[in-house]
Amino acid sequence: MIAFVVQRLLQSVLVMLAVAFISFALFRYIGDPVLIMLGQDFTREQYEMLVRDLGLDQPFYVQFAKFVVSAVQGEFGISYRLARPVAQLIAERLPATLELSMMAALLALTIGVPMGVYTGLRRDSWLSRFFLTISLVGVSLPTFLIGILLILVFAVQLGVLPSFGRGDVVRLGSWSTGFLTTSGLKALVLPAVTLCLFQLTLIMRLVRSEMLEVLRTDYIKFARARGLQNRAINFGHALKNTLVPVITITGLQIGGIIAFAIVTETVFQWPGMGLLFIQSVNNADVPVMAAYLLLVGFFFVVINLVVDLLYYVVDPRLRIDRGAASGH
Amino acid sequence: MSMKRAFGTAILAGALAAALAATAEAKPFRFAVSGDANTMDPHSQNAGQVTLILRQIYEPLIQRGKKLEKIPGLATSWQAVEPTRWRFQLRRGVKFHDGSDFNADDVVFSIKRALAPTSNYAIYVDTVADVVRVDDHTVDVVTKIPDPILPDKFTSVFMMDKEWSEKNNSIRPQNTREREEMFTVRNTNGTGPYRLTTREPDVRTELARVDSWWGWQDKGLNDGNVTQMTFRPIGSDATRVAALLSGEVDFVLDPPLQDVNRLKQSLRVLEGPEVRTIFFTYDMHRDELLYSNVKGKNPFKDVRVRKAMYQAIDSNAIHTRVMRGQSIPTGTFFPPQVNGYLKSEDVRYPFNVDAAKKLLAEAGYGGGFEVTLDCPNNRYINDEQICQAVAAMWTRVGINTKLNAMPLATFFPKIQKDDSSLYLMGWGVPTYDALYSFQSLLQSRDGQPGNGIWNYGRYSFAEMDRLINIMKNELDTTKRTAAIHAALKIYREDIPHIPVHHQMIPWAMQKGVNTVHMANNQLEVKWVKLD
Repeated sequence: MIAFVVQRLLQSVLVMLAVAFISFALFRYIGDPVLIMLGQDFTREQYEMLVRDLGLDQPFYVQFAKFVVSAVQGEFGISYRLARPVAQLIAERLPATLELSMMAALLALTIGVPMGVYTGLRRDSWLSRFFLTISLVGVSLPTFLIGILLILVFAVQLGVLPSFGRGDVVRLGSWSTGFLTTSGLKALVLPAVTLCLFQLTLIMRLVRSEMLEVLRTDYIKFARARGLQNRAINFGHALKNTLVPVITITGLQIGGIIAFAIVTETVFQWPGMGLLFIQSVNNADVPVMAAYLLLVGFFFVVINLVVDLLYYVVDPRLRIDRGAASGH
Repeated sequence: MSMKRAFGTAILAGALAAALAATAEAKPFRFAVSGDANTMDPHSQNAGQVTLILRQIYEPLIQRGKKLEKIPGLATSWQAVEPTRWRFQLRRGVKFHDGSDFNADDVVFSIKRALAPTSNYAIYVDTVADVVRVDDHTVDVVTKIPDPILPDKFTSVFMMDKEWSEKNNSIRPQNTREREEMFTVRNTNGTGPYRLTTREPDVRTELARVDSWWGWQDKGLNDGNVTQMTFRPIGSDATRVAALLSGEVDFVLDPPLQDVNRLKQSLRVLEGPEVRTIFFTYDMHRDELLYSNVKGKNPFKDVRVRKAMYQAIDSNAIHTRVMRGQSIPTGTFFPPQVNGYLKSEDVRYPFNVDAAKKLLAEAGYGGGFEVTLDCPNNRYINDEQICQAVAAMWTRVGINTKLNAMPLATFFPKIQKDDSSLYLMGWGVPTYDALYSFQSLLQSRDGQPGNGIWNYGRYSFAEMDRLINIMKNELDTTKRTAAIHAALKIYREDIPHIPVHHQMIPWAMQKGVNTVHMANNQLEVKWVKLD
């Protein structure tokens, strides 16, 4: 078990290095940050001075090595655009993104799983058909459109929820939270719903098809023959056995939620990392982009690790196999 | 137990913060723009969204009035005592927001700070050789050459407090080599009508009225009644409009054009021209174009080809279809607000497809040719759509135009390497004087500071250069204006650019907001009245 975790961690270091290398190579094609920093009027001397100051005159591998060495020490340099340390900027934005993503993931799970179970059990009821139709919308409409439609209805027409921003936040040490104020909670509703919709429908459809699969198996028939109650069969036996693929997908999706929060954050001007990233792209702010991509890569790695560990909890067969294998 | 208590404290703190916020909200003026100011340093980044905030906090020696005319600011009067020496009399009794006095030392310090290599404001002080304190309230600015438009440039140089800057280790604008954040990036100490109370980059910036500001005495001019204001950047166009429609913000500086007509129905929209002109220009230097199928010669060196392309453009179609009426078609390259403008030179060659084809045939391109048009897609209003429309118009007369649209972060580096045969550009005039446009865009690139630094078509014409040099040095207004007008005539006849239009900038706001529309696209909150 420990060997497994260590092995995975070592693999993740390689993954992170690859992410850093690819993103670094891509940055050469996004435009010249120096020209953007200098604005409308500058001389060639000013340009060359700034190129030297930023170390952009050095060869690619030197720049990359320097970046990796300082990144390991948690030092990501200073933002070209905002003239502030990148680590500090990201630390400021991280709470907003994490709160939004976690809220969205929570919504997707708590609504998606019961809906999936229901549509799996009562395939022909009108409510199931309704859920499935709605889920088509969630899968097919792009996030920004859903966001704008929600803003139109709930902010402009009904005027009950704010259209942008995070509301008032409360500082708890270095963490800023919107959970403790009314305006913060209200501001969270629309972005969280927008962000969760795709995941919700995905989870619902996945649970549904898995349930249909499991309900046909022999052990469910036996369970019925033994006269167990429907609740025990459906939730104790059927649902539990659908969970392995659901956990895999949900885990991967949480990484996706954090990464794809970019679109939702842009639509709602949600002051998280995704918005920071988009603004950095527009300004060729390389240090921020590099740090962001590394961080998202890191999240994916950690989440996958957690998912792998969760398998052990849900699926006893894995434990036995491993145990037997290491016993030899 | 301790966990529970911490949670309880947090809730209490939250409730308290909410209560405090409620009492502080007298009647805040909430305004939104697509992008935030990147810094609060007054000499670091010369960009509209930065000065939009800073001009509420900091003041220049000379200000702009409601019609962009020069009016006294921190200087009460100014005059050229010698051809290369301007003398400024400073306003007495002015205090910075931290309570210290404004005096000559601060002026000397601020102008020198704007001269620093890390400053982006060098264009406004490029002719300054030295700044001399005469007495506590008199300052002399010595220039390298006679500079007739120094007062115009100084309307963009903000004044800082010397002692405060020194104390906070900020005597120069941010240097990117230093890994530390400079104090002035998030802190201010100006003399202006508002002071900074909260600064959260990309989220919100809050300002509060300074009741002791000297300018409030002039009730006829500074008649605003805003006591608190919140500035919120909202990047997404649809969301920014929604926030205005739902009443969450009072004012939007840059509503998207397609929404302007709808906004007019329920809200107030002020429309006016911006001091920014959109034009096409081309490589007039190389003997063979980089991106064309014409080999061995450069068609853009022939004025008949340039005129043919000009006459192929249906400027009315661009005005009504692409810009939805939000533009002012023009035959020159700066609008009437700029000193030197001449109505009789602002005349377009008429749209005429047959004339264009005839000119091309005369020039030996009756069979047409191919060329690539480079175009930004996120810099000017509807830039890519303009290029699409014009590319089709040129193709119609035989110039097969391939459009290469790209984001500004890629576009500008490309044209700045002279790596384009034909491109679209826009040009604003922060000095409100024609020299800036002529010198940057049309003077031969001879390595002298400022000369032709945006002349990427490498236009070069001796008579034009001679007239531009007169504009630089001539203190006699009549002679200088004559030179500008002569240069405008060359511009119209020699066609170094194909002008398209001046941009219009609609501002959208709630019905209860009264303000003055400014052609520099800068809102002056000191003139905003809320009903």
